[in-house]
Amino acid sequence: MKQFEYVKAGSTQGVINALAQPGTKIIAGGTNLVDLMKRGVTAPDKLVDITHLPLKDITATSGRLHIGTLALNSIVSENSLVQKKQPLLSMALKAGASPQLRNMATVGGNMMQRTRCGYFYDTTLPCNKRQPESGCGAKEGYNRMHAIFGTSEKCIAVHPSDMCVALAALDTTVIIAGKKGERKLAFTDFHKLPGDTPELDNHLAKDEIILGIEIPDNNFADHSYYLKIRDRQSYAFALVSVAVALDISNGVIRSARLAMGGVAHKPWRLYDAEKALAGKQPSVPLFEQIARGAMQGAKAYQHNEFKINLASNAVIQALKVASGLVPA
Amino acid sequence: MNKDFIGESLDRVDGRLKVTGAAKYSGEYKPAGLTYGVLVPATITSGILNAIDTKAALRASGVIAVITPFNAPKVPGYQPDAPRPMKGLKLFNDNKIHFNGQPVALVIADTFERATHAASLIKCKYERQSFATNFHENMETNSKPAGEQHKEYVRGEANAYKSAPFIVEESYTLPSEMHNPMELHVTTAIWDGDDKVTLYTKSQGVISSQRAIATAFNLEQKNVQINSHFVGGAFGSSLRTWPHEIAAVQAARMVKRPVRVTLTREQMFLLVGYRPLTVQKIGIGATADGKLVGITHESFSQTATYEDFTERSVNVSRFLYASPNANTRYKIVPLNVGVPAPMRGPGEATGAYALESALDELSYKLNIDPIELRLKNYADVNPETNLPWSSKYLKECYQQGAARIGWDKRAQKPGTNRDGEWLVGYGMGGGAFGAYRGKTQARIILSADGTVVIKSATSDIGPGTATAMVVIAADRLGLSADKITFELGNSALPVAPTQGGSSTVSSVGSAVNDVCVALKQKLYNLSGKPENSTDPIDYTNVLQQHNLPSLELTTESDVNPDAKKYAMYSFSAHFVQVYVHPVTGVVKIKKVVAVVDGGKIINMKTASSQMIGGAVGGIGMAMTEEAVIDDRYGKYINSNFADYHVPVNADIPQIEAIFIDKPDPVLNPLGTKGIGEISLIGVAPAVANAVYNATGRRIREMPITPDKILKG
Ligand SMILES: Cc1cc2nc3c(=O)[nH]c(=O)nc-3n(C[C@H](O)[C@H](O)[C@H](O)COP(=O)(O)OP(=O)(O)OC[C@H]3O[C@@H](n4cnc5c(N)ncnc54)[C@H](O)[C@@H]3O)c2cc1C
Repeated sequence: MKQFEYVKAGSTQGVINALAQPGTKIIAGGTNLVDLMKRGVTAPDKLVDITHLPLKDITATSGRLHIGTLALNSIVSENSLVQKKQPLLSMALKAGASPQLRNMATVGGNMMQRTRCGYFYDTTLPCNKRQPESGCGAKEGYNRMHAIFGTSEKCIAVHPSDMCVALAALDTTVIIAGKKGERKLAFTDFHKLPGDTPELDNHLAKDEIILGIEIPDNNFADHSYYLKIRDRQSYAFALVSVAVALDISNGVIRSARLAMGGVAHKPWRLYDAEKALAGKQPSVPLFEQIARGAMQGAKAYQHNEFKINLASNAVIQALKVASGLVPA
Repeated sequence: MNKDFIGESLDRVDGRLKVTGAAKYSGEYKPAGLTYGVLVPATITSGILNAIDTKAALRASGVIAVITPFNAPKVPGYQPDAPRPMKGLKLFNDNKIHFNGQPVALVIADTFERATHAASLIKCKYERQSFATNFHENMETNSKPAGEQHKEYVRGEANAYKSAPFIVEESYTLPSEMHNPMELHVTTAIWDGDDKVTLYTKSQGVISSQRAIATAFNLEQKNVQINSHFVGGAFGSSLRTWPHEIAAVQAARMVKRPVRVTLTREQMFLLVGYRPLTVQKIGIGATADGKLVGITHESFSQTATYEDFTERSVNVSRFLYASPNANTRYKIVPLNVGVPAPMRGPGEATGAYALESALDELSYKLNIDPIELRLKNYADVNPETNLPWSSKYLKECYQQGAARIGWDKRAQKPGTNRDGEWLVGYGMGGGAFGAYRGKTQARIILSADGTVVIKSATSDIGPGTATAMVVIAADRLGLSADKITFELGNSALPVAPTQGGSSTVSSVGSAVNDVCVALKQKLYNLSGKPENSTDPIDYTNVLQQHNLPSLELTTESDVNPDAKKYAMYSFSAHFVQVYVHPVTGVVKIKKVVAVVDGGKIINMKTASSQMIGGAVGGIGMAMTEEAVIDDRYGKYINSNFADYHVPVNADIPQIEAIFIDKPDPVLNPLGTKGIGEISLIGVAPAVANAVYNATGRRIREMPITPDKILKG
């Protein structure tokens, strides 16, 4: 590991100023960044520790739930406002990592966590994300965990977060600060597909900081479900996951939100499926039809062929549970 | 006196030390002047290391030396003219690269972090050669392993199963599984002058480590001291002395300071063995009423190009069932990988997976309950040797396991038992593991205050060895457990065998038994009581009467000469209930019942823990564990705890451990047989069989991940 400088940030503005200097990175819980530094995947010159900044609050105001970037994943998942207003987020967080990791992990760190692709992590193997133009080791390699949607010639990695899948479904807004002040970005526009620039995971500029997120109030609380399918029952990344939020009244789906995890370089929101669900009565045949539609355009590689069927089944199952057709 | 401690539940005598962090593991000794060695991995998979540039590393702060094949002092034991040339990988002895990640250098610095950084600065020039790591593509280029024990075996007629009216002919695949103990492998080496060295190292056998280091460096055995006081799990990965341990000793000699070498988790996948990828072909045939006609069992398993390793995986098919015909064969497939090593339940766990799966398949073909099929072919004597069993209560294992799991709720027709959306299935698997005993010495010291210390150079890799020994001594001496201390993990203690093959209680426990009996005898003699008196005596009074500050005795216990006349095995039956979700492919193991005939049980609590640990290992084998190599690079792609899945709590249901607890009359004076290995054997097939019973889907390639359940 390269020698690096470590400073504690005194203010948000201080962080923004520090980030102007190339080679500087924010450290929050450190659960991803430190691993990447140990493996030599990233080698910052300077770390700015933001964990002392007053960005931990979880508050409900005028139709919105605001969560500061430093609210820990464990705290958010147990928070009563979150559990009452946005249970989907709580479920997704609890499905992620382990209790120990969630006790350190932050909202911003979770959003910014990098892919778990083995080729990205191993500095002796090719990876366009880590080392642009070095090639993609995964495309013809061991790609069991990799994407089936939105891949490019250069990268087939997935974004590994569970939390982000729920946030994408919940029409969240990200609050960002930079040199020019604050800006807001739709959560679904935060992460990007790999395209020709797989080295960039998202649209956050190098000198910007995430301050927090805002989730608009909704009527999904009674019909939300996060289904995560994984190789072991805890402490494993999703093979596929599905976040479902339904607004059901009088037996009819008024409005729906659906997003998948483990299938793309960003949380994969299913807009067409949401439209197709609206105004219909929950039923297995409907959900099967939705799932079929959701898989249009899926493209598999040697070891992740199974994900197409699994993701389709997961959509059906998550809808069944969220709509109350079967117990969880 | 005559307190019956045996079979009670004594808490671990070192439990408090372990949970408070007071127990000192090998990586926690910090002798004055300690330096840190970090291994530099080769980035090619086969070839020659032509040159190595260490300049930048040597300039880096804190770096003391870099050992490479070009400057390493020769290890005497590695040389072909050594009295006993060592086998296996010889680090820094030559410049051949046999597998990806093979260490090409050892950087020594004043801190671990600085050594790690300097290691990243090393540059190598290689001549690349072609390599092979893909097992399945190379399965045909196998060879027959050398050695009498691996010879082809034929009883009756070979392939007789083919003539039977009911046949199963299938192939079963187990991927490579890593031992992955929690504690990393670590060795600290401290030289005292030129001819004495002390090691703190992770070892299952301090005496065998002592011999290996003495051989490697051409030292007198007594001048090598091995300490391994606490071991944070090993599962077979510390049965031998590995090249990085020798490298630590070599480095300490070179820099004239103590050196500690700690493997990284990634290096744990490369340098300390593993259960090898194995494909087993089984043919099994029976008559319509379920009598076996023949079993043919052939095993192909991965080994290294530089050293052969063969598991005795097919042996179980020779003796577990009374089949008139049986033939077995071993094949090994050399690849550019590190050499495998025994792993918990070595051989039998792999073999029983195939045999017990095939038998289950046969039971459905015959439409006979799997337990009944086993009972129909119950071996009353060992069919391989025709020797009587020293003891065998496998029938009782079947009966008790079936009762506890609720076997009567099992549907004979797969895929028909439901609980809501979930498919419910029951499965079982049996197993056997040899019961062993080795020559062992033990010393006992009774002090004037009435406390007793017993010493023997065994190890404790986790089962609770010292606790079991205290129980035995308390029982034999009629003392309370808190008066007794057991010392292990140091090669200066009386000679004991390596902790492996589930033999420690049998070997060391017998020695403890014998030394206690001898001490008691001596005390009775001193007290003037008749030889076989049962009157209680006060030990401290006897010492006082004779003005003795203490009394010390050392005895040696050896195997029972009658043992040759018997087949000696522990037996087990594992029962599993699973829930399988037909839409998501998720498998939940709901309950495990492990029933073991392991002879007399010494300490119920730690023995049950053994059973639970073994069942967890078996669940890992069945459900989660698989080390994956990218064959284009010859490199493991999941060599970390995030991607290589050992089971976690959420994967583990209630595990009920039941012991038959009947003494074996032959193996040793305690009546024990051994439980460490048998606890894992038969678990994986029980899970796979339960999944079949639930779903009608037979998965013949472990681990059983959701995609395999859903595959059409
Ligand atoms: C073994 C393991 C298993 C895991 N399993 C899962 C899982 O199943 N599901 C899941 O969702 N996650 C999983 N995780 C990932 C975990 O959720 C992330 O590591 C964690 O959320 C990162 O948060 P952190 O605060 O520790 O981030 P850090 O490691 O501190 O930072 C990560 C990145 O975020 C940047 N960053 C942090 N805060 C800000 C900010 N406010 N503004 C801008 N940039 C910022 C940092 O610069 C850095 O680049 C797992 C992690 C591990 C190690």
